[in-house]
Amino acid sequence: MSLLSPSVINNLNALTGGLFLIAAFGIVATRQMLGCLRFYVAQSVALAVSAFLLGLHPFSRHLMEVCIITIISKPILIPWVLKKTMGKQVYTRREISQVLNIPTSLLIAMVLAILAYFLATPLIHATGDSRAIVVNLPIGLAGVLLGTYTLAVRREALPQLLGLLAMENGAFFAGIVIAPDLPAIAELAVTFDVLILALVVGVLTKAIAKHIGTTEVGELASLKEDASL
Amino acid sequence: MVQKILFNLLQVLVVMAFAPLVTGVLNKLKEMVQSKKGPSIFQPYKDIWKLFHKDEVVSKDATWIFRLTPYIVFITPIFVTLLIPVLTNYPLFFAFMGDMLGGGFILALGGFFATLAAVDTANPYGAMGASRTRMVGFLAEPVFMIVFFTVSFVARSTIPYIVQEQWITPPANFFEPSHILLLIAFIMLILAEAGRIPVDNPSGHFEIAMIDESKGLEYSGKGAALMKWGGEMKFFVLLCIFLNVLVSPWGLATTNNIIDLLTAIPLILLKMFAFILILVVIESSLAKLRLFRISEFLGAAFVVSVAAMIARLFTL
Repeated sequence: MSLLSPSVINNLNALTGGLFLIAAFGIVATRQMLGCLRFYVAQSVALAVSAFLLGLHPFSRHLMEVCIITIISKPILIPWVLKKTMGKQVYTRREISQVLNIPTSLLIAMVLAILAYFLATPLIHATGDSRAIVVNLPIGLAGVLLGTYTLAVRREALPQLLGLLAMENGAFFAGIVIAPDLPAIAELAVTFDVLILALVVGVLTKAIAKHIGTTEVGELASLKEDASL
Repeated sequence: MVQKILFNLLQVLVVMAFAPLVTGVLNKLKEMVQSKKGPSIFQPYKDIWKLFHKDEVVSKDATWIFRLTPYIVFITPIFVTLLIPVLTNYPLFFAFMGDMLGGGFILALGGFFATLAAVDTANPYGAMGASRTRMVGFLAEPVFMIVFFTVSFVARSTIPYIVQEQWITPPANFFEPSHILLLIAFIMLILAEAGRIPVDNPSGHFEIAMIDESKGLEYSGKGAALMKWGGEMKFFVLLCIFLNVLVSPWGLATTNNIIDLLTAIPLILLKMFAFILILVVIESSLAKLRLFRISEFLGAAFVVSVAAMIARLFTL
């Protein structure tokens, strides 16, 4: 296809990387549960689009498979699984309580993104200077760090889960450019891993909320002598 | 040489003449989106004309600051017009008098005097609105700085004409991630500086909730007309900076011909109209933020602009 020359593909990939980074910042900065979930869906779509674009030019069937698996599992299945196991709670406009407030979180997220770019620079020189690696690797690393920060700073179980899922997205985003020939079995395994994770955490959170009344992890610190749980 | 001076003055006349039109079209579109008929698009002209023919009433406690401010608020956008590309894409006579940071400072001077004048009359609503305006202003400053530093670092210059040349031509540069991030940060900044939803309600009449409108509360007659017109010109100038330097330098006059310049006028108005459509969609679909959530909004703008900076600097 002459319309999609390598430079056009690289520019579109850079654009997708920018949108991925914005979605990662959005997950840190959103106050509401539903908004956070939407940013996660946007991030997954950006990941799938990037995999599609990178798989176009030296045509790689594995990357196309990654794209399809990601599109099916992350924007569609994971919100569905969360809705089925947790019910209305996920979809009501509930505010997320965090240890640090949002402007401070944004500043720390910015520092983490700069750190990710700084750390990725020698790695880029080691793996070869192709245009796609220059875009994907620092942004993927930033996604991982921002997901970790989100996981650490939130008090309740379900928002923490979103942080974990964001970390996984970031790792994938860097992974598709470092290891593009990863066999489909490994991709499927990781994806099912994430799906089962969402399912288990959803069910467990619902059970904990029903028995104890809250899923704030700070309060779940001591064992209770309760035979019914 | 004389031609360049004439073109510069023509730029100023264009800004003065069409700024109320842009505001009028924006208000009418906002009403049309809500299925109402809306005021005529020439209503701001009629308002300014009416206000110039009314008497002025000034509080006896007001000092010289109150009387001087309408003139300053009217003149500062005109000074900035001399510095930025409005109709042409080559530098005009006054273009090297100040760069983008200088333009930002001149606009801030107008805002500074407006804030002081709002406190001057001892009206409590004025003081409250003034302190809130300053809060929004100081939170928006880092975003301005980072956006200007990024575009200037890449273009190796802070003059807007040179930045526009380097940054946006070739057209492939438009879709770079740093450029898109800068556009998003600058749109959030325009929403904050021009007092649009989600930061402030520009058509509200509750003084207790006013942020940017409070600067014009106490004025009447000629002073009110100048404050209104000056506010509209400031919005027009911000849009010019955004559209001509960052988004689309296409459509600007490239030669010395007067015909070329005159055809650039409807083109810049067309670009503004396209941006106004986007602005109407944003304003009609969001709600006004609570006051202390504005720091989150501008914090997000700051982070987006820093992300643009690092995306550009680390991939060079």
